[in-house]
Amino acid sequence: MEATNATPVKYDMDVVRWFTIMAAVYAVVGTLVGVYVASELAFPFLNFDIPEITFGRLRPLHTNAVIFAFGGCVLMATGFYIVQRTGATKLWSNTMAWFTFWGWNLIIVLAVITLPLGLSQGKEYAELPWWVDIMIAVVWLSYGLNYIMTIGIRKTSHIYVSNWFTMGMIVMITYLHVVNSMAIPVDWATSYSIYTGVQDAMIQWWWGHNAVGFYLTGGFLGIMYYFIPKQSGRPVFSYRLSVLHFWTLTFGYVWLGAHHLQYTALPDWTGSLGAAISLAMIIPSWGGAMNGMMTLSGAWDKLRTDYILRFLVTAMAFYAMSTFDGPVMAIKSVNALSHYTDWTVGHVHAGALGWMSMISFGAIYHMTKKLWNTEMYSDKLVNIHFWVALIGAVTYIVAMWVSGIMQGLMWRDYDEFGTLTYTFVESVSAMHPYYVMRAVGGAIFNLGTWIMLFNVVMTVRQANAASGVNAVAAKA
Amino acid sequence: MSDHDHIYSTKFQDKIEQKTLLMFVLTAIAVAVGGIVEIVPLFYLPNTGLASADGSFNNTSHKDLQGNAIPMDKIVWNPATSVHKTLEDWVPGDGVRPYKPLELAGRYVYIREGCFLCHSQMIRPFRDEKDRYGHYSIAEESMYDHTYQWGSKRTGPDLARLAGKYSDEWHRKHLKYPRDVVPESVMPNFFFLDKNPIDTVKLTKTMEVMTKMPFNPVPANIYTPEYIAGAAAQVEGKTEMDAVIAFLQSLGNQVKFEEGVNYRD
Repeated sequence: MEATNATPVKYDMDVVRWFTIMAAVYAVVGTLVGVYVASELAFPFLNFDIPEITFGRLRPLHTNAVIFAFGGCVLMATGFYIVQRTGATKLWSNTMAWFTFWGWNLIIVLAVITLPLGLSQGKEYAELPWWVDIMIAVVWLSYGLNYIMTIGIRKTSHIYVSNWFTMGMIVMITYLHVVNSMAIPVDWATSYSIYTGVQDAMIQWWWGHNAVGFYLTGGFLGIMYYFIPKQSGRPVFSYRLSVLHFWTLTFGYVWLGAHHLQYTALPDWTGSLGAAISLAMIIPSWGGAMNGMMTLSGAWDKLRTDYILRFLVTAMAFYAMSTFDGPVMAIKSVNALSHYTDWTVGHVHAGALGWMSMISFGAIYHMTKKLWNTEMYSDKLVNIHFWVALIGAVTYIVAMWVSGIMQGLMWRDYDEFGTLTYTFVESVSAMHPYYVMRAVGGAIFNLGTWIMLFNVVMTVRQANAASGVNAVAAKA
Repeated sequence: MSDHDHIYSTKFQDKIEQKTLLMFVLTAIAVAVGGIVEIVPLFYLPNTGLASADGSFNNTSHKDLQGNAIPMDKIVWNPATSVHKTLEDWVPGDGVRPYKPLELAGRYVYIREGCFLCHSQMIRPFRDEKDRYGHYSIAEESMYDHTYQWGSKRTGPDLARLAGKYSDEWHRKHLKYPRDVVPESVMPNFFFLDKNPIDTVKLTKTMEVMTKMPFNPVPANIYTPEYIAGAAAQVEGKTEMDAVIAFLQSLGNQVKFEEGVNYRD
């Protein structure tokens, strides 16, 4: 890291503290809703004949809560934390950071209200009504502007690698959100996309896949490049690999969306192009994963005692696994089987539970200790959380992989007379045990988030009691 | 030269890392390329279901078994050339058409209830999908679907060619309490749709919006001002349940497919 001027910097960390706490809260909420919708598929009576909590309305709430509430707060907490520390500067505008905080949380509250009411634009991960989309654009730009301007006023000579990834995310998500959300409103509740059919499908999956590629990967790679070296006390394994990782991922990931539309009415070349680049993406992804893992070389023994490091390194293992799983699924002949099945759900959750959540948990614990200048209330609970999260994630992923492949095979199976062996509903009932297993895996994972929230809250209380001032409440 | 000044990558990369604006601009360019290459051509290439000003659908050409071009007005209904001049006269096989008012109201409910999260509307060109659902879907069939509904998951079966597969009465029973008809189903009960009247103000405005779309708007000779004005009367007394059923019964029977013809050339 760069040499900095000698005077210690007073960072703007209150807003980071609040984003961190909210991330821990939304981890509980988002996965809890997930467990509920998963249970509805296993036991349909749980829809309870209440329109507001039927699967079709709650599932978007789950995805929005985990991606935008939990993921968003993690990205904003770590982003504002990293950009200040690596640039040895305060935020460009602390006031604007608070605007981002309240704006983002207001959007989350609006999602909790509008989605169960059935306000949906009918696009996955972009269901929120048009006027909330406008609010998202404004708040997102406030985050982006503040972030990039803070890089601009840094005291260090070079921009740290984490900030490259976060900057890439900020730009790409702006493009995606604006283009994909183009719609004409009918009234305050309803609007329709200006695109149809093929064009809408391609734009939707350009958005859908890159929300994963930049928001849930690029931004979280920024977390990896800062927190793994910090927590392990080792420098990033290879600077050159990180340069390669950044530019190839930034340029290449954008192309992948088309692999969601193999064999559909989308022209063949588009899907094939998406699949080809998807396969090529194994190289930067694994390069990046190796870069994260090998950062521990010479310090592997720390995994025995440092539970936070366990989260961070396990995340890299899942990152490597998901970025292998994904390209394989993009191969056309594999996609013919996997598309429309639970395999996709399993793949997403290998990334979301194994990679994104794990690295987030590690970062949240790390930041909690640093931001409140204290030790964790209980290291033992961190360890328990680790094992609970790992068992929950693996249970979930295995259930979905098995059910997905089984579904795909059942749908295409023919008997000796040349007729379809199974009716569709036979595949539905065959999924039941796996849907139960998935709900159980999710519930275990959710239990872990409760443990983390408890531990974080107790740590903050302990730190505040020790220092005699309520640092958080004083600012709020 | 101290180690701190040593450049481990290239001079250009080193410069990028020191200039915020340069990195911002280069990143903004790098992330834009893939989307431009994959998306922009879909707005001018043939076979993408996009109506063009000359009526040729960007020179889309479907060919029959003899290699003769199938006129586009056999694929997409055109009241100017068809013997059936209005949506009421239209019959299955006349080609892809915009939704009738009741169907459009049903489509709104379909989106609101998140049906697309479990049901796809996109049949792939595989033997098993043909046997199970019917002919593979072509681009033109979703050309009037503002907010496409292809879906990404089949927790339930594909619905792209549901029209006529079951009776209205079956659908009513099934939508109300799915497990009364299909015991293994995991679909929620949508009995409440039977109690909800259709929001005719929303419906009328939706039809107006559909004619104003920049891409694939409903032609003004189909949604005429008089037709839009009469929509509310057409759905008078109908419930959201009637609307959803009408929507489901409109899916997938609009184009007459010729056996052996590859409509996705």
